[in-house]
Amino acid sequence: MDVQTWTFLIVGVTFALYIGIAIKTRAGSTKDFYVAGGGVPPLANGMATAADWMSAASFLSMAGIISFKGYDGSVYLMGWTGGYVLLALLLAPYLRKFGRFTVPDFVGDRYESTTARLVAVVAAIFVSFTYVAGQMRGVGVVFGRFLEVSVETGVVIGMGVVLLYAVLGGMKGITYTQVAQYCVLMFAFMVPAVFIALMMTGTPIPQIGFGGMLQGSLGDGIANGESISLLAKLDGLHEELGFAPYTSGSKAMIDVFCITMALMVGTAGLPHVIIRFYTVPKVKDARISAGWALLFIAFLYTTAPAVAAFARTNLIGAVEGATYRSPEDKAPVEAAPGEGKFAPTWLKNWENSGLIAWLDKDGDGAIRYRQGAAFEGKPDYVGEAGDEAARGASGERLVANPPTENDNELYIDRDIMVLANPEIAGLPNWVIALVAAGGLAAALSTAAGLLLVISTAVSHDLLKRTLVPNISDKKELLAARLSAAVAVVCAGYLGIHPPGFVAEVVAFAFGLAASSFFPAILMGIFSRRMNRQGAIAGMVLGLGFTTAYIVYFKFLHLEQNRAENWFLGISPEGIGSVGMVINFGVAALVASFTKPPSAEVEELITSIRVPKGAGSASRH
Amino acid sequence: MTESPSRGEDADGSSGGDPTEHLSSEETATAASYWRANVRLLLVLLSIWFSVSFGCGILLAPKLNAYTLPGTGFPLGFWFAQQGSIYAFVILIFVYVVLMNRMDRRFGVQED
Repeated sequence: MDVQTWTFLIVGVTFALYIGIAIKTRAGSTKDFYVAGGGVPPLANGMATAADWMSAASFLSMAGIISFKGYDGSVYLMGWTGGYVLLALLLAPYLRKFGRFTVPDFVGDRYESTTARLVAVVAAIFVSFTYVAGQMRGVGVVFGRFLEVSVETGVVIGMGVVLLYAVLGGMKGITYTQVAQYCVLMFAFMVPAVFIALMMTGTPIPQIGFGGMLQGSLGDGIANGESISLLAKLDGLHEELGFAPYTSGSKAMIDVFCITMALMVGTAGLPHVIIRFYTVPKVKDARISAGWALLFIAFLYTTAPAVAAFARTNLIGAVEGATYRSPEDKAPVEAAPGEGKFAPTWLKNWENSGLIAWLDKDGDGAIRYRQGAAFEGKPDYVGEAGDEAARGASGERLVANPPTENDNELYIDRDIMVLANPEIAGLPNWVIALVAAGGLAAALSTAAGLLLVISTAVSHDLLKRTLVPNISDKKELLAARLSAAVAVVCAGYLGIHPPGFVAEVVAFAFGLAASSFFPAILMGIFSRRMNRQGAIAGMVLGLGFTTAYIVYFKFLHLEQNRAENWFLGISPEGIGSVGMVINFGVAALVASFTKPPSAEVEELITSIRVPKGAGSASRH
Repeated sequence: MTESPSRGEDADGSSGGDPTEHLSSEETATAASYWRANVRLLLVLLSIWFSVSFGCGILLAPKLNAYTLPGTGFPLGFWFAQQGSIYAFVILIFVYVVLMNRMDRRFGVQED
């Protein structure tokens, strides 16, 4: 069977599975809808949290980013896992004991303030929307690439599926679908990883092969008879070609530090992650489900850097100095250089899909891969892939972009690292189809979790807790379903017409969570003295500073976005850490000369600090 | 260390996290020393969290990269940044869970 038939088959089967689960786990009350009835077993909750957390970006783009950045890519690995330690130790058990449904619930009740609740609602909705737009786009792209439907149709199909199970099932439906989606995405990520580990290093375990010797069917060719470890060879290749060393990177240490911190703290402060810890029956279960969640996440997060290094080594080995026109092509170029090494078939396939471009600057017919961009911007191909007239002397697709001064001739889109792996490793068609299904599972599971946060914020925090406190459970459930439906449609619209700033806004989401939610919640639990004035002042200034900094460098003065202009050399991605410090400092200062919180809040704090007496999450 | 069976286990859970419930003075004292023990444990675990990631994975990484993880080709600082810190995080949470559950029972504040 060809790739497309396999993809239809596997994607179809997984979608049917998700919808089947959704129908079986319909929500009957707001409690079902918001927190899955509060009865999710910790292991299942851990798996669902992992699927919720690992987005299309984790699945498709992260390994690619690390592959191109080497050590500098570690910020994502540490940042997106270390946050779970903070979550497990500092937030999850106490929020579970608090026992309401949402993050704005806690902020509003702990600080006895509707203003604080509303600030939290707006921040939760904003963070979730930025994220969800990216997920819907991811769904569209996977559909577009593997099923040959347009990105728009892909987004609409994705919307339909999410709509069905998020609106019907609420948190209950989402949780059990996410368990299934975790299994699909993990299997899809591991199969190619195991094979490529075998081919590059002769061991099936990627985490071990990562530090192992270069051997096996592909590895032997690159080692060229030398006995050398994969990473040593990779560093050597990087040095030879003028790239920054793979294992030590080139970012300033303070920036690496701050980005990692902002991502960790932001992870712990993201509402769609926190909300998951309200779904388990006990405080004890909240602790252990954070452990399970991180374990399940760690399988992918320790495999991804290994895949990144394998793919990078293989890429350089396969393309550098290779002659583009291979002997199978119609008319070989005379006196081809490159010592009989020819460009692999997958390179040409991905060139046809528009993710690779080669500009033969010196006209020698061989690919030269160096540091720097080969030309300005993304490739602007002269004609369609099938158009022979739009091809150059070696048969490559011509691009209209102005070439750059440097020696590099190759443009490679980062996202192909995961997508192209099965092809590079020569795996059967069903594996390629599996990767497509995995990407979809990752995108859909994250989108559903985020949509739930949005609908809960509207129906629970805004309607029930602020505007219409007397609303009946039935009406509130209806409102939750309606707002989920509206949110899906908005997200779909953003997926089809993505605002140009989606990538920038993701950095923003973490900075926002780091400089607002995390300090407010942490101080709400760990400080008896922290009061309304302190928390609000801290959130406003922390958030204000972070927003201003990001907007200045990412929207208003893009041309100044360079290390020498940054505050202490900290990039906009890492500035959330500074915002967080400002939040803590301002809050402590303001709280010290305003009056301490009321006796009720005192008791609330006492109560959340001990596990004893935790009922399941409740509505009032 | 006495159980109060009426608290917090009713069907809709509405009295569960209810902040208006009152603790006796003995319970308050237990809660305070439980909290101090809890914070001590957190500080120990978080300093490990900080050392493996920000310490070995970032601040000391250039120095540690002079060595390799024994038996492998990993430069040590790089290994901490891309592998070791993640393993440590997982272990930290499970250690925390075991120690906290034990501590809950020692202070008699467990849920059941």
